[in-house]
Amino acid sequence: MTVAGLQALLSHWLRNPWQAFTMIAGLAMATALWAGVQAINAEARASYDRAAQAIGQTRFDQIVRTDGGVLGMDDFVALRRAGWLVSPLLEGEVALGRDTFQVIGVDPLTLPRDGAGPALPGAGDLVEFLSPDGFALVHPDDAGALANLGPKIEAQPDVGQGTIVVNLGQAHELLGRAGVMHLVAAEKQPLGRPPLAAVNPAFELREHQEQGDVERLTQSFHMNLTAFGLLSFAVGIFIVYGAIGLAFEQRRAVFRTLRTLGVPLSKLFGLLALELTIFAFLAGTLGVALGYVFAAALLPDVAATLRGLYGADIAGDLSLRSSWWLSGLGMALGGTMVAAVGVFARLNRLPVLAANQPRAWTFDARRSNRLMALFAGGLAVVGIVLAISATGLPAGFATLACLLIAGALSLPLFLDLMLRRAEGLARNAVPQWFWADARQQLPGLSMALMALLLAMAANIGVSTMVSSFRLTFVGWLDQRLASEIYVTARDPEEAAALTRFLAGKVDAALPIVFVERQIGDLPARVYGVIDHATYRDNWHLLESAPDAWDKLAAGQGVLVNEQLYRREGLAIGDSLADGSGDRVVGVYGDYGNPIGQVVMGYSSFRQKYPGAIALRYGIRTGSTDPNALADEIRQTFDLPDDAVVDQVFIKGRSKEIFERTFSVTSALNMLTLSVAGFAILISLLTLATMRLPQLAPLWALGLTRRQLASMELARAAILAALTGVAAMPLGLGLAWVLLAIVNVQAFGWRLPMHVFPFEYLKLAGLTLVAALLAALWPAVRLARTPADALLKVFSNER
Amino acid sequence: MNARAIAFLLFILPSLANAQGFAGLGTVADNFATPEIGRVLSFPADHAAHPEYRIEWWYLTSNLTGADGTDYGLQWTLFRAGLKPDVSEHWQGSQLWMGHAAITTPEGHFFTERLALGGTGQAGVEADPFAAWIDEWQMTATPDLSEMALNAAGLDFAYDLSLLATGPLVLHGQSGYSTKSAAGQASYYYSQPFYEVTGTLVLPSGEVGVSGSAWLDHEWSSQPLAGTQEGWDWFSLSFDDGSRLMGFQLRHTDGARFSSASWIAPDGATKSYPDGSFVAEPLSLSTVDGIELPTKWHVSLRDQAIDVTVAAVNDKAWMATSVPYWEGPVKITGSRKGSGYLEMTGYKKE
Repeated sequence: MTVAGLQALLSHWLRNPWQAFTMIAGLAMATALWAGVQAINAEARASYDRAAQAIGQTRFDQIVRTDGGVLGMDDFVALRRAGWLVSPLLEGEVALGRDTFQVIGVDPLTLPRDGAGPALPGAGDLVEFLSPDGFALVHPDDAGALANLGPKIEAQPDVGQGTIVVNLGQAHELLGRAGVMHLVAAEKQPLGRPPLAAVNPAFELREHQEQGDVERLTQSFHMNLTAFGLLSFAVGIFIVYGAIGLAFEQRRAVFRTLRTLGVPLSKLFGLLALELTIFAFLAGTLGVALGYVFAAALLPDVAATLRGLYGADIAGDLSLRSSWWLSGLGMALGGTMVAAVGVFARLNRLPVLAANQPRAWTFDARRSNRLMALFAGGLAVVGIVLAISATGLPAGFATLACLLIAGALSLPLFLDLMLRRAEGLARNAVPQWFWADARQQLPGLSMALMALLLAMAANIGVSTMVSSFRLTFVGWLDQRLASEIYVTARDPEEAAALTRFLAGKVDAALPIVFVERQIGDLPARVYGVIDHATYRDNWHLLESAPDAWDKLAAGQGVLVNEQLYRREGLAIGDSLADGSGDRVVGVYGDYGNPIGQVVMGYSSFRQKYPGAIALRYGIRTGSTDPNALADEIRQTFDLPDDAVVDQVFIKGRSKEIFERTFSVTSALNMLTLSVAGFAILISLLTLATMRLPQLAPLWALGLTRRQLASMELARAAILAALTGVAAMPLGLGLAWVLLAIVNVQAFGWRLPMHVFPFEYLKLAGLTLVAALLAALWPAVRLARTPADALLKVFSNER
Repeated sequence: MNARAIAFLLFILPSLANAQGFAGLGTVADNFATPEIGRVLSFPADHAAHPEYRIEWWYLTSNLTGADGTDYGLQWTLFRAGLKPDVSEHWQGSQLWMGHAAITTPEGHFFTERLALGGTGQAGVEADPFAAWIDEWQMTATPDLSEMALNAAGLDFAYDLSLLATGPLVLHGQSGYSTKSAAGQASYYYSQPFYEVTGTLVLPSGEVGVSGSAWLDHEWSSQPLAGTQEGWDWFSLSFDDGSRLMGFQLRHTDGARFSSASWIAPDGATKSYPDGSFVAEPLSLSTVDGIELPTKWHVSLRDQAIDVTVAAVNDKAWMATSVPYWEGPVKITGSRKGSGYLEMTGYKKE
């Protein structure tokens, strides 16, 4: 009986191949988007795991000095001689060509061995690596740019892009004073080791954080991606839901026959479940494969994004991972089951002998519309409560989810109300029929329209966020890169000569100098700035004490960036948690920078950090021509081209990084919108087969097929437009949650929200086009329906 | 802080062994000095490091007994490998230091390793007063090495010993010039085999008070292995009558051997034996870490009527360090009884 029953059920799909295609295509597209996003995430995470196995914030404890002193080799030796297994890392940045590279000097002999990683290609490399003219390990993509670095270049794919790994001596040569020494401590230490304070009272062990900076920052990016993946999946599931629902309606006769032949209801359930599982597997496999292609196409962008934003490098290639393979298949199966729940419920509830009546759907739908709206209201309340009270990234995304689902669920009721109002306003028979018919179509279309709503809302939300981000960031760049020229000297002597050369020639030469410090538990940079109008005029303080700039200049306080301010929970007048006793007199916006910053008066800075010497200067050229001056500096000091940089270049480069940041998101946006368009097409095609009995009488009353087809198109446009109207507030709400909640949780700063009506109009136009395109084919089919097909409706009248 | 770049460096450590031969015992001497016959060793200066030579070690092994009669073996070694024949300052150090420490019990073998770059003060050897150290491990002694203190610690064991020499220093070969092959490769090599030891071992099972004997070797060279030599079996045997025997054989890839031995009378009088006098034949093999090697030997030195069986206290005394080898205490039976240490290098996986 099982085989015969299954054959009977499956024969439906053979007779309706396009319906089978719909089902599989919908599920496959949904799975593909989901699996693609998962693939990208899994790849990125695997990269971080490899990274986390080495050193740094996540893996190893560090020894720090509580007195603010700088760690040196003598501290390293003192700790080793006392029995503490520590290893020195000399780190810093060097500008080479037009790029900045991270130099890491390591002592491979003492580096804690509880890590894991790939090996060097050849034997004997350790000795060569350690020798004074040992080689530098760099990413293969960087090998070309670093050919003239000095040390021999050894390409090694496992080295992060933009990183140069050398021995300590070479790092010292490359970095000079710019190097900062870190001492990482092995996880396991030998027996009989004295307390740290006995080695040096100023030493303190800082335990590694479960989540490092990079990890927490990139987590937000991944959550963003995952959220979009889920959204796309939800959109796809609407399609599947529609297809399953249709198949159910059309096969009611088959069910009835099977039941009459003695197939128990439970058996029928089982058979349907088996059938759906087969579909889910087929579509899921196809989807995962498509997802792989999708991910492979996007991955270089993702890699660029992550590197640009956080300096977190992920390898630009993709490997098949069981995690996302399984998750893709699981989602396909789970999604199908979720979509089928309604069908099973209907199968259980509706009398077996009832005929298939689209009208019955409507009556049923009205009640469920109200139920859904009620549920949506509940979700909205939960979302608002979360937005106000909860903290953390997951809460931010939960708010987002509540908002989106609530919006989607209340859409049918909203559309029903709007159409009812329009129907009330209609005076003639045909318009009245048009509106009534639109309402009658609504239940069949509502899933696709919800999908469209979500896609539009996501588009509005994300484009608002991206545009707000850009606007704010560009404004910030203008503030922070106020100087016309930036010059980097090679050594302190040259820097001194440079300032002498510039004196009198230019308005000001502003030293750019910082030291790396730990504030609270995280790294921060402390800058020394001289008192100059450039800062007073261009730096917008978010909060400040009275006369903040005067206090800064007088050494009576410091400015902190918003990230540090929020992270440390500071208030104006508070002391910094680094034991320095510096009081915060102002907060400035510092978008796009993950680490904390402190700005102090130059004289105080020089007093505290006499070792830090400014090699870089921002030059306010005043009335001097910047280009001529730049050339003059290059020639006078024989500086390479890249040592003298104009701000336009820096700004361009900085902006480019942020442009790339959201390229992935916008790709996902377009894909989501396309899937929504596909959903509309499928729904309309689905409805078209059931609509002939309703359209035939109108044709018989004298409306041409062409007129009927035009009305179909008009209805699609109107429904899409109404959905767009609903999507607008939902999308803006989404943007607000992203900017004011998720961003603060993820990055530590809040982005001011800007609204872009023109963008939304463009999007509305796109949506209309998508809806019309989706409606076009069913309309054309209708216009070309042979007259006898319409006549048959009357002869087949039930 | 970009971290990933670092991880793989951990894995280049084994290449130390590949590149340099055992513990840096490459066959090419570059610009390093080579041992010459006739040089008179001068103490305490020669207790210190000789950076003009490529490789050097200070090697202490000890046979100890607990209050309950349990046998223990103990090792403290500091290797030096020169990357170039000078002592540079600071990070551009041209010296690699490698410390090994181990305790062997009849059932267990605890060992650990430390590495250091020279020139920083993290590791070194000074003569007057004598001090050899890497990290917190120290071997300190009076300039004549007669009174010594020794300590080391790993993650799961530690020890602290006091040593007192009851006899003189012993020079091997020709007044300390020890030949290693028929082609003339050689090293400077002397020992202090007469230490009496008391101290404490810290093991996972608890602290153990121990006493016994110890043997210190100091050897340096630039090219002690011929190209065809793949490893050696080295024995330091202390007999119950107070006499001692140091013997080793270098194994050639073609199966031939080159042996050398020093017979040390209870009063320290030494007699050196050329190639062929000292004979060591494997009696039975053990497999440890996938490598088959002999842990029971028949050792003979006919001139001294030595005909003994030397068996490992623990067959599993494998030093799985960045340069792996076997090193453990042995028991002697046969014509004489006693205890000692066995070192085997160059055995490879089949």
